[in-house]
Amino acid sequence: MTTENNNALISIEDLHVQFRSSGGLFSAAKKVKAVDGVSLEIEKGETLGLVGESGCGKSTLGKAILSLTEPTLGKVVFKGKNLVHLPRAAMREQRKHLQMIFQDPNASLNPRMTVGQILGEPLRTFGPAYGSVRTKVQDLMETVGLSRRYVDRYPREFSGGQLQRIGIARALAVEPEFIVADEPISALDVSIQAQIMNLLRRLQAEKKLTYLFISHDLRAVRQLSDRVAVMYLGKIVELAPAKDIYADPLMPYTKALISAVPVPDPEIEAVRERIILKGDLPSPIDPPAGCSFHTRCPFVIDECKRNVPKLVEIRPRHFAACLRITPDDPNIDENFAAGKTAIGK
Amino acid sequence: MNIDRPILSVKDLKTYFQTDEGLVKAVDGVSFELRKGETLGVVGESGSGKSVTSLSLMRLIREPHGKIAGGEIVFDGKDLLNLAIDEVRKLRGKKVAMIFQDPTTSLNPYLRISTQLMEVTRLHLGLSKAQAREHAVKMLRMVGIADPEDRIDGYAHEFSGGMRQRVMIAMALSCDPELLIADEPTTALDVTIQAQILELIKELKSRMGTSVILITHDLGVVAGMTDRTIVMYAGKVFEQATTRQLFASPANPYTKGLIRSVPGPDHDGGIGFYQIPGLPADLANLPTGCPFAERCDRAEDICRNEYPPFVEVAEGHHSLCHFANVVFEESSQNALNAN
Repeated sequence: MTTENNNALISIEDLHVQFRSSGGLFSAAKKVKAVDGVSLEIEKGETLGLVGESGCGKSTLGKAILSLTEPTLGKVVFKGKNLVHLPRAAMREQRKHLQMIFQDPNASLNPRMTVGQILGEPLRTFGPAYGSVRTKVQDLMETVGLSRRYVDRYPREFSGGQLQRIGIARALAVEPEFIVADEPISALDVSIQAQIMNLLRRLQAEKKLTYLFISHDLRAVRQLSDRVAVMYLGKIVELAPAKDIYADPLMPYTKALISAVPVPDPEIEAVRERIILKGDLPSPIDPPAGCSFHTRCPFVIDECKRNVPKLVEIRPRHFAACLRITPDDPNIDENFAAGKTAIGK
Repeated sequence: MNIDRPILSVKDLKTYFQTDEGLVKAVDGVSFELRKGETLGVVGESGSGKSVTSLSLMRLIREPHGKIAGGEIVFDGKDLLNLAIDEVRKLRGKKVAMIFQDPTTSLNPYLRISTQLMEVTRLHLGLSKAQAREHAVKMLRMVGIADPEDRIDGYAHEFSGGMRQRVMIAMALSCDPELLIADEPTTALDVTIQAQILELIKELKSRMGTSVILITHDLGVVAGMTDRTIVMYAGKVFEQATTRQLFASPANPYTKGLIRSVPGPDHDGGIGFYQIPGLPADLANLPTGCPFAERCDRAEDICRNEYPPFVEVAEGHHSLCHFANVVFEESSQNALNAN
């Protein structure tokens, strides 16, 4: 993945984020490799979906790209500039291009500030020095589908879906090019999720935005993303255009993940074969040697316990990190393709 | 197994809360029946009353703010609303068990798992300490916890989310209940773990013949797990049918909208997703007509002015809508054309 890509808005190169877990009374502190050598390019105008189970490091990766969590090692190149370890003032300058939408709008909006104040703050900090801030705030509210009349209301007066609209408006206030959306719909009701997804998509078209869409909801990711990256224990294990990864996933892990999603159709559910993975995600404090998925993989061979697989282009634009999957022999097991029927076709 | 005898029958249940904004009718005239060995899905968004319904069944509504204002809950031939609370307490955990969304808050962090598991069977089944421990180990093994003898004396924080939910299920099923009420049992879990837990509930159900009420917002979960489904909105049952019938030919615009707003398999993203406009109904400010009217794409004047009837569109299939029959015929026709 080192090939030069002119379309890349952001190039992530061998990014690592490590935390120290606090040691107990009798145990030394250990390193947690939350992001473990991720290389990825996010193309201008695309939505890159990032999926994985909780604890796989997907949120940490999103925050590390924006330097909201300090990367330990590696590069995040945005328009020719490496953001990692950039001095604070210089990073601040970049922030107006790079924004984030959080999962829980209730927790990420100050309850003591009115919508006007919440949205006015980034405008005053970064915005162009003309026009009234209040009018701009109201324009923004309109853009995300909120009534201009609500400008003096407090967060508690809004519903979850409306609060998420405010969160989105706040990210948009500085007219960014790139937005990390970290589980933006998972705290919302089903009927509201569709509204927010439509809003995100409309804004992308209108403002030429690039998204990193982080979610554990594979159905939503399929809807919104152009490409999808699957993360497992700090590493990207599969990366492909959305329609390919759902129709024809290569990795056993991706297949299991897709087949685990329930289908809202009783006729299909009654006959569908599901791949049930055994066990939980291993602890990132003490990840398994070799391929980190080998403890749950039905196709494990001895080599998997020793060697770490690299992300290899198996088909055009379709990458996978598995010792048993090669461009000449991409199908690890024909029978295991049952997972396909889940969301893909 | 006698599938026809209802094990639970709820009639016109009303649970009201006194709030700053006035009286909130969280559950307002809900009726349904559950037969032995059957799984009933209860679907709805937040504020629909689905969780309050399940709490009411076990008389877990906290007074004085909340109150079961009327109705009948007949379980095993007895009306639970007429029983002394001590009698209801004896049922909880024994004949009726509950699993909640968040296993972390339902387990006591200060007590060993063994203590919590053994408490139930010692209390309800009168087992000795040694028997209870043996039983607890057996239950943990049944829900798929490896090395239960070693893990049983651990604390909740030593288990992952999926494992904690397994412990909760083990505890819930310890006394071989006749009815299991599972309120969003997999919502806090990852899809891979969700699949494990749902498979486990299915398996245990078929082995023990337990009846299940599964409360969820996820139509996919309902589709795979339940025999019949009720759809709730604004404290009311909006639609009730066998699960297959509900998905094949919904007779209520709200159900139809819910099904359509779940991204389908062949949606590749060209156009927008179907969305139900507006916000879930404000229970403190319900209109005189249909509570869904202002979000409904086929609402007419009658919907805004008159409360809709609960229409039986086919045998065992009811819908709360002025146009229930029309909606039902439309979706039946669509289903036919699709086949």
